[in-house]
Amino acid sequence: MGKKTLVVENVGMKFNLSQEKVDDFKEYFIRLFKGNLKYNEFWALKDVSFTLEEGDRLGILGLNGAGKSTLLKVIAGVFKPTEGKVTRKGKVVPLLELGAGFDKNYTGRENIYLYGSLLGYSKQFLDKKYDEIVKFSGLGKFIDVPVKNYSSGMRSKLGFSIATIAEPEILILDEVLSVGDANFRKKSEKKIRDMMEGGTTVLFVSHSLPQVERICNKAMILEQGKIVAFGPVEEIAQVYTDMLDKDEDQEIMELKRERRQLLQKIRARREEIKEEKKKQEE
Amino acid sequence: MEHIKTFWRRRGLLWELVKKGIKLKYRRSYLGILWSFLEPLLTTVVLTIVFGTLLGRGGRDFPVYILCGRLLYSFFSTSTKAASKSIRQNSSMIKKVYVPKYLYPLSSILYNYIITGISLLTLVPLSIYCHVYPTVYMPLVIVPFILLFMLTYGASMILSTVTVFFRDMEYLWDVLLMIIMYTSAIFYYPEKLMNSGFFWILKYNPLYCIIMNFRYAMFGQPLDMQYVLIAAAYGIGLSVIGTYAFYKKQDEFILAI
Repeated sequence: MGKKTLVVENVGMKFNLSQEKVDDFKEYFIRLFKGNLKYNEFWALKDVSFTLEEGDRLGILGLNGAGKSTLLKVIAGVFKPTEGKVTRKGKVVPLLELGAGFDKNYTGRENIYLYGSLLGYSKQFLDKKYDEIVKFSGLGKFIDVPVKNYSSGMRSKLGFSIATIAEPEILILDEVLSVGDANFRKKSEKKIRDMMEGGTTVLFVSHSLPQVERICNKAMILEQGKIVAFGPVEEIAQVYTDMLDKDEDQEIMELKRERRQLLQKIRARREEIKEEKKKQEE
Repeated sequence: MEHIKTFWRRRGLLWELVKKGIKLKYRRSYLGILWSFLEPLLTTVVLTIVFGTLLGRGGRDFPVYILCGRLLYSFFSTSTKAASKSIRQNSSMIKKVYVPKYLYPLSSILYNYIITGISLLTLVPLSIYCHVYPTVYMPLVIVPFILLFMLTYGASMILSTVTVFFRDMEYLWDVLLMIIMYTSAIFYYPEKLMNSGFFWILKYNPLYCIIMNFRYAMFGQPLDMQYVLIAAAYGIGLSVIGTYAFYKKQDEFILAI
């Protein structure tokens, strides 16, 4: 049992869903006089509680609009939950929309410092890590070019390099494992894997079940803002496929279950082989 | 206490944001930071010609009189405008990473404050040219200059909070700024209005009080204590209201931007 890095208690998040957004005076006063300022309330999250420990890798599954992104934003601290509490130990780094915090008139070099300090790294730390960031991003001489002239790939490469320069305690991923070209993707995947092995807690949102099964040890299914299931990834994967296949024929469902079990066996056997090889090498 | 600790931890980011404002202001212009001297100097020339020569007003020190007023007013107007837009402008950052949000309006004010400080150096050559020489009252310019910061901070916090929810405020503020400008005696002498029955409008305009006191110190007169008190009352009052309103509403910003 590791130590708890993330505790989420009874979190609920309420939004006001007004038909049109009221953001000017005229609209506001008209509505005020009509007594029309009531909004439709909508709970994007309700009673969400779970605990993650050091080294846990949680996959968050759910259909569109289930509240996955909202949950990530609450954990990242961007949204303040309407009720409940989130306790985080250590630094949280969200790898969402990489490079969205860049100033486009700034050069890559200047953005390293701006974005770095936004993520809470000190100037001295960034000075020390500067070369490493530039090297990892592979931008070379482009580092002194304003970011507005970057391609979107270059931008996210730089964003990734800055965000992952220190090992955060909690890492938030949003299907981000596809940054830049093939080369960089390999590099970034390796970096994330290193972090996971180093004990970073990972939250991972994905629609792709195989990806979640590959990366995560725990999983959660969200439906209409509530946790439907939470537990070890093997169990949850089963529940999730059953959920998606609700309307399928009984026999097909049986076969799919068998296929899943076989796949799990294959994966387990592969791991064994890997272990054995390691031992032999030693 | 908790807030002071967070502020101290995030001072690096505040400094980065201030630096960004200053750096980007003159990026890609050939004269760069020199514009901080040139721009007020050139506008002073224009205003002196229009109001001094053509309308036949003002003495030899009129350019210094105008420059003081214009620099302080333009600090107030540029910072409040920048601050009220700052939350929306940085929305992509705010939506991604948690950062104390007051850093955005505060940094807009700070970088303009620094630029204004640099621009104020223009007063040195201009004063020499106009034969305005420093007296013992000169160091007192710091009093209205600090009051100006408080006033701007308070107004900016209120504006940035309101603008997030009502974008109209940006345009409304432009109009209000115009009223403030004309009642701040920037390019005319207020003496003519003294007995007109409208003088109270000037007197209860805190920016007018600040600008006049700044000029008194420049031209070797003691500060008008009543003006100091009026400006301080506005400054402290608005700062308290602004900080409170911002603090109360900041968690809802994200839902509105």
